[in-house]
Amino acid sequence: MSVAQLVKSFTLWEFVKAHALTLKYFFKPKVTINYPFEKNPLSPRFRGEHALRRYPNGEERCIACKLCEAVCPAQAITIESEPREDGSRRTTRYDIDMTKCIYCGFCQEACPVDAIVEGPNFEYATETREELLYDKAKLLANGDKWERAIAANLEADAPYR
Amino acid sequence: MTEFFQSLGMSYEWAWGVATIAGILLIALPLMLSVAMIIYADRKIWAAINLRRGPNVVGPFGLLQSFADGLKVMLQETIIPSAANKGIFILAPIVTFTVALAAWAVVPFSATAVLANINVGLLYILAISSLSVYGIVMAGWASNSKYPFFSAMRAAAQMISYEVSIGFILVCVILYAGTFNLNEIVLAQKGHGFGIVNGYFFNLLLFPMWVMFFISSLAETQRVPFDLTEAESELVAGYQTEYSSMSFALFWLGEYANILLMCVLNALLFFGGWLPPIDWAPLYYVPGIIWLLLKAFFFFFMFSWVMATVPRYRYDQLMRLGWKVFLPISLLFVVLISGWLMATGHYGAAA
Repeated sequence: MSVAQLVKSFTLWEFVKAHALTLKYFFKPKVTINYPFEKNPLSPRFRGEHALRRYPNGEERCIACKLCEAVCPAQAITIESEPREDGSRRTTRYDIDMTKCIYCGFCQEACPVDAIVEGPNFEYATETREELLYDKAKLLANGDKWERAIAANLEADAPYR
Repeated sequence: MTEFFQSLGMSYEWAWGVATIAGILLIALPLMLSVAMIIYADRKIWAAINLRRGPNVVGPFGLLQSFADGLKVMLQETIIPSAANKGIFILAPIVTFTVALAAWAVVPFSATAVLANINVGLLYILAISSLSVYGIVMAGWASNSKYPFFSAMRAAAQMISYEVSIGFILVCVILYAGTFNLNEIVLAQKGHGFGIVNGYFFNLLLFPMWVMFFISSLAETQRVPFDLTEAESELVAGYQTEYSSMSFALFWLGEYANILLMCVLNALLFFGGWLPPIDWAPLYYVPGIIWLLLKAFFFFFMFSWVMATVPRYRYDQLMRLGWKVFLPISLLFVVLISGWLMATGHYGAAA
């Protein structure tokens, strides 16, 4: 060991330098997002909680073509349908098992009428597993609640499709 | 305090007993409170260095975080593994916690505020800190699980190794102060640096001893560069792996009480304890306990700072540092310091 090395190791020079650096960081502004009050921006393509949309006149968009059910790789979607009084085909049951869903977005891609979409909401943690078995009413309620954000996102993304 | 209780009409024995119990509560309860706050401070300091915010939700600025954690821990179930040695398994955290509290008996918070002003205070602290390894070894053995056992072996070897060099470092301080009594050691540091600075750190012979004492106290309390007993990547959570609920919390509290004790010892032995940092009359109007706590917090900040800065040592590096660096250097300094004291005629005439 050379003299310079000896002096360096006995004066703990490397440690002093490291601690000076970390002390500098101590006084720097913090980078953490203050989460519940501050949120990161989301892409319009963000795939969050599912929603079933309606047309502006209140008619539900879904025509029970079952393309989403067919394409779903996790087989999380279950659909049953029959003709309504006016003869149009509508779903009687539209369930998504959110615990199975892998959020791939294929259902949204497959849908010919933009009925099933994955919205921007990601804060839907529940206390029980059962609450994550979504039925048609829950999905339509999500659609009504998030319609404005979903429509804006679809419009923002439209030029790239 | 004994006189106060005597004035209430108690006999001396009763007054002494009541006064001692009151003194214990006066030390232990604020200590528990400060342990809670120091855990919060630790997390905050660590977070700040990592450019994070740290706990900031529970209470103003997250000040009540430790109490929320404590409540959570208390409401949980204490799980005792079926293969564990039940008696020792339960006893281990109690031993750790009790021993961590017991050492505070001889700590002088100011010139008069000390529970047991005994002549061999420093020896008492050495003895108690040697005992604290028992809790860990008992936990590791009684858990009847591989990782806690490895961790306990490491802890035993590590704490014994570093106690050797701590012993010699303390000998240096004792040689200078000429006493084992912590209060007298503090008083001996008055005006030690050119009659201006209170504290031994200003002494060229004792400053390297302080650096070594600080590093050894990190090893003694198993703080970050030397936290091999809790090395997550190798040993899950070390000797605490099988513990849950309050038994885990007792380890946690004991660990932090030990860290605080080491911070206070750093302040007492090398930085003038409850004396103000500079020997200047107006500073003596500030109560001694405030100076001591300020100094202790400064050292705690250094503990956290080190924790956020350096990576963990390897086990052979730890042993090399203890036995092949610290032990010879501290021995050399014992010789140097006693030689210097003999040469200057200071020896034997101390404090």
